[in-house]
Amino acid sequence: MLRIENLKVNYGGIEAVKGISFEVPERSIVTLIGANGAGKSSTLRTIAGLVKAREGHIYFDDEDISSMPARKRVEKGITLCPEGRRVFPDMTVLENIRIGAYLRKDDLTKDIQAVYKLFPRLEERHWQLAGTLSGGEQQMLAVARGLMSSPRIMMLDEPSLGLAPIVVQEIFGTIRRINQERGTTILLIEQNANMALKIASHAYVMETGRIVMSGSGSELLENEEIRAAYLGKRKH
Amino acid sequence: MSLTTFLQQCLTGISLGGAYALIAIGYTMVYGILRLINFAHGDIFMMAGYFMIFAMASFPWFIALPVVLLITTFLGVGIERVAYKPLRSAPRMSVMISAIGVSYLLQNLATYLFTALPKAYPEIPVLKRIFLIGGLSASFVTFFTPVLTVFLVYILIMLIQHTRIGMAMRAVSRDYETASLMGIDINRTISITFAIGSLLAAVGSILYFTDRMTVFPFSGSLPGLKCFVAAVFGGIGSIPGAVVGGFVLGLGETALVAAGYSTFSDAFTFVLLIVILLVRPTGLFGEKITNKV
Repeated sequence: MLRIENLKVNYGGIEAVKGISFEVPERSIVTLIGANGAGKSSTLRTIAGLVKAREGHIYFDDEDISSMPARKRVEKGITLCPEGRRVFPDMTVLENIRIGAYLRKDDLTKDIQAVYKLFPRLEERHWQLAGTLSGGEQQMLAVARGLMSSPRIMMLDEPSLGLAPIVVQEIFGTIRRINQERGTTILLIEQNANMALKIASHAYVMETGRIVMSGSGSELLENEEIRAAYLGKRKH
Repeated sequence: MSLTTFLQQCLTGISLGGAYALIAIGYTMVYGILRLINFAHGDIFMMAGYFMIFAMASFPWFIALPVVLLITTFLGVGIERVAYKPLRSAPRMSVMISAIGVSYLLQNLATYLFTALPKAYPEIPVLKRIFLIGGLSASFVTFFTPVLTVFLVYILIMLIQHTRIGMAMRAVSRDYETASLMGIDINRTISITFAIGSLLAAVGSILYFTDRMTVFPFSGSLPGLKCFVAAVFGGIGSIPGAVVGGFVLGLGETALVAAGYSTFSDAFTFVLLIVILLVRPTGLFGEKITNKV
């Protein structure tokens, strides 16, 4: 569904992404893992249309979307839950949910009920300002907001960042549910490689702007080098 | 001072304050969304004065009014397109210098086109009619200005709180990137902000100049600065703040004039600025600084 070809991206004067190619099949969960500064965020931001690619192409359903503005890509069904959640702190939870559906003109009642079902905590707090939520709740809100545009592919930038392990488990459980129940394709980037690899059907490892390894989630979980570099487990 | 004189002065002050408030909103809205002090705003207000002179020369007042509002709105949006939009990713200082440039450009353009001599502001018969309420006598515009101001501010706040475009404006003023991830068109939202600000400046201009009776190329600079102070006083970025600031300024100035210190009426504004910056730099209703979580 999403195909990246030879993508190069500059970030702050340096080449953050140095020509990567990968594919995200429909209804799959794909993850990019790698250390800080490997170019994962730049990749997602380029796919979302926040940053222009210096070279290369992004195909969505075989259509080249490389030069489309961000809002057109949202219309096509691509959504990004940005790093650090970035909820609108001085809007209420409900307003944050509604703004996710900014481009839609149809009735939202059903969709709002659906995200409340996914995150009951948000319903309890729907009147509260988003800035007063805890980190985990904000992450739930960011995911709920992303879902409101009824995306076909949802990209998540470090959803586990700064969250307690139990909350991370919950978020990852929900991501899997979204993928299974709604059939939404997921492209996930994580430093928490362990969690990401467990739910991913396919994974790519990025190092300094290049993809250095790829395989199914379980393959990479077993891989000695990956275990040593990203999972903090010593080689035997 | 008799009660009648006191009330009469209050009325004058509130009326002046209303016009200030309408202009101050333009500063505060643009700051909210672009983090830019739009120094050209006072000159847009001055240009609206000239537009009115020419519109009234060719049309009856009920056609001239909408024409002036429309042209001023286009001027404000046009300035943003030409002078600020190309600098969207430039440092904030560059945009501010561009705004100062536009301000001088408009002042000199007006001097070149209309000469530096004050031109008589046309009288709109309805606004000039004298009303007597109890012992108070004032022209209709004096009664009308505060009412209209409060009405327009109410509509504006409703628009911002309860409509799609208002939601977009709030989102853009918070976070460009995330707003565009929601599918919001940033440039269009910014244009609308300038349109609203300029429209209110045009309304303010009509109310203000109807009382002043002349327009000259620099008649926007001092009211512009004062309204900027009003916006800072209320807490720049906050619309209710700008309105309160406008009224405080109008009342304060008029009180000084009434007390016989008219020499100091302009100084009042800037003393107020210094005091508020010393005591409460974020202004009365200044933006809450939300910590990153």
